[in-house]
Amino acid sequence: MTVESTAARKPRRSSKRTGSSAGKAVADPQLVQLLTPEGQRVEHPDYDVDLTPEELRGLYRDMVLTRRFDAEATALQRQGELGLWASLLGQEAAQIGSGRALRDDDYVFPTYREHGVAWCRGVDPTNLLGMFRGVNHGGWDPNSNNFHLYTIVIGSQTLHATGYAMGVAKDGADSAVIAYFGDGASSQGDVAESFTFSAVYNAPVVFFCQNNQWAISEPTERQTRVPLYQRAQGYGFPGVRVDGNDVLACLAVTRSALERARRGEGPTLVEAFTYRMGAHTTSDDPTKYRADEEREAWEAKDPILRLKTYLENEGHADEAFFASLEEESETLGKRVREAVRAMPDPDRMAIFENIYADGHALVDEERAQFAAYQASFADGEGK
Amino acid sequence: MTVQKLPIAKAINESLRKAMETDPKVLIMGEDVGKLGGVFRVTDGLQKDFGEGRVIDTPLAESGIVGTAIGLALRGYRPVVEIQFDGFVFPAYDQIVTQLAKMHARALGKIKLPVVIRIPYGGGIGAVEHHSESPEALFAHVPGLKVVSPSNASDAYWMMQQAIQSDDPVIYFEPKRRYWDKSDVDTDAIPGPLHKARTVVAGSDLTLVAYGPMVKVCVEAAAAAAEEGKSIEVLDLRSMSPIDFDAVQASVEKTGRLVVVHEAPVFYGAGAEIAARISERSFYHLEAPVLRVGGYHAPYPPARLEEEYLPGLDRVLDAVDRSLAY
Ligand SMILES: Cc1ncc(C[n+]2csc(CCOP(=O)(O)OP(=O)(O)O)c2C)c(N)n1
Repeated sequence: MTVESTAARKPRRSSKRTGSSAGKAVADPQLVQLLTPEGQRVEHPDYDVDLTPEELRGLYRDMVLTRRFDAEATALQRQGELGLWASLLGQEAAQIGSGRALRDDDYVFPTYREHGVAWCRGVDPTNLLGMFRGVNHGGWDPNSNNFHLYTIVIGSQTLHATGYAMGVAKDGADSAVIAYFGDGASSQGDVAESFTFSAVYNAPVVFFCQNNQWAISEPTERQTRVPLYQRAQGYGFPGVRVDGNDVLACLAVTRSALERARRGEGPTLVEAFTYRMGAHTTSDDPTKYRADEEREAWEAKDPILRLKTYLENEGHADEAFFASLEEESETLGKRVREAVRAMPDPDRMAIFENIYADGHALVDEERAQFAAYQASFADGEGK
Repeated sequence: MTVQKLPIAKAINESLRKAMETDPKVLIMGEDVGKLGGVFRVTDGLQKDFGEGRVIDTPLAESGIVGTAIGLALRGYRPVVEIQFDGFVFPAYDQIVTQLAKMHARALGKIKLPVVIRIPYGGGIGAVEHHSESPEALFAHVPGLKVVSPSNASDAYWMMQQAIQSDDPVIYFEPKRRYWDKSDVDTDAIPGPLHKARTVVAGSDLTLVAYGPMVKVCVEAAAAAAEEGKSIEVLDLRSMSPIDFDAVQASVEKTGRLVVVHEAPVFYGAGAEIAARISERSFYHLEAPVLRVGGYHAPYPPARLEEEYLPGLDRVLDAVDRSLAY
């Protein structure tokens, strides 16, 4: 893949393509697509995946369960169990496709919405809820699944990913690093700086931008005058726009970018062109800034439906599969619900824990004062 | 025992060299730190000996420098980052405050961030704007960071060793106008704790507390006061987070008087913190209110005015007199 190829890659017309419905999607030369919104498999000159029916069912299962988890979390927020939730509804293909392209020894730097990627990394979904419930600010060990903590300050993690990737290269390892961020984050200086650093040090990092069209109420046009993937060119590495609602294309494109990183050829920017079907977070009111028709248009491109259609048409999945998945979804929902309700408030003394690795005199002093103050109530009760 | 007389800049250089020899995970990163050896030559010769992979000239992007250092630390490296001048740390302030300072706690202690950020700070070198500031309070205010500043070559050497070995992020403020001051460095010594204050001059009438560039001024003030028969104790704080309040308290309870001196603006500064804590801890021992000498609530002035702005011998002695007059 050359740098020059980033802007003007034109896929040749697919020979396999039969249905007229596929034509519209493939006609967009900027978008890598392997599965049309109608569930039609199409070819792309640069990217392909060859999956067994079982693997295809696996991707479908990942997306369905992630959506189910997400819906449960949204419901839990409505029921007052979570303070906030950032839904990934509509972005399942982008996350599962890219997440399933990763190797165990790769390292992930997410934002706050990468529930599907976390799922792929084997992070227990209930672990993701602690910060939204307000019992911690992250709460999992990033090194146990090579999945860093969620990052709220938008764009910051792209630099951590780049530094980590520089370290990977120094170690002579052939693993890769992936940084997730949004179209809004692409305006942040840190993202630009991470492009610069990764390019000049040839760091093995993949920048995976989920362009879900909105940054709270601001559309992508408020962030950029050129398609986001084209930015990579100015930094000297390839950029690719992939249909973010097409799990196969996301898998293929991310895998290719990761392989490129492993070969020592440096960073790639992947722009997954997708859509946030829900609100930005449960605090948001999208009716104030976007039209219902827009969402409806994107619903027709639903990432899960199209894979379902494909599985059915090809005879890769039967009724029993869908039924058992439905059951599994409900079990997951129930497990998440129960886990959240059972999540204890942190111990009071947690305020003073882990602020410093080597301790700090002021923290010790204030911890002791706090403990004495708390104890004074206990004394009062006793009298 | 290996004692050498070294300027502060060279002591830091030697310390970095030793750290890099001892631990292959130690990296140096920053603008111009390679061939040039940094604008103050603190990293002079290190790239030649350790290579471009360990002494890394970075793009001119401070947030990028600190942000990638965080990533390298997550991968097991121990980056020592140079910010070229005090006034240029602010593009990196976000990464330092929102990421570096908090990640250990957010991960419930599962990850460590052994990053040292070196910042040449303070005035007195006739520089243009943004090259003379003292932003230490802005960092000391942030939980998760440790903030230190040496005032002599021996501390410069040993505190750097300790900062690099620390598993916590350490902001290491270098008193740039003292870079060329020489003193003995014993590279075989067993150093005291990083955050312990040190009595530089013993005295019984009043305590002067300072750190970094102001220690020298306070020592001179104590000498001048001694000629008038006043016995001034000078304490070098060495660490601004945490602060060794026990040492300050012990000194104040001996002398009954305290004057805190720093270059940074007095308002919301380290002196305010020390004054508040000491009046809590030692209220009945104080013979006078705690006084502060420092910068004004004004942008650091153009070089032709910096002598007015910076606390000098006379302003310190004036505060000493005011305290003793109570
Ligand atoms: C530095 C910073 N500024 C503002 C915010 C508040 N904020 C949170 S998410 C967000 C929009 C981000 O949009 P985008 O990057 O497109 O990601 P998305 O949430 O759409 O996935 C904003 C403004 C923040 N978290 N960090």
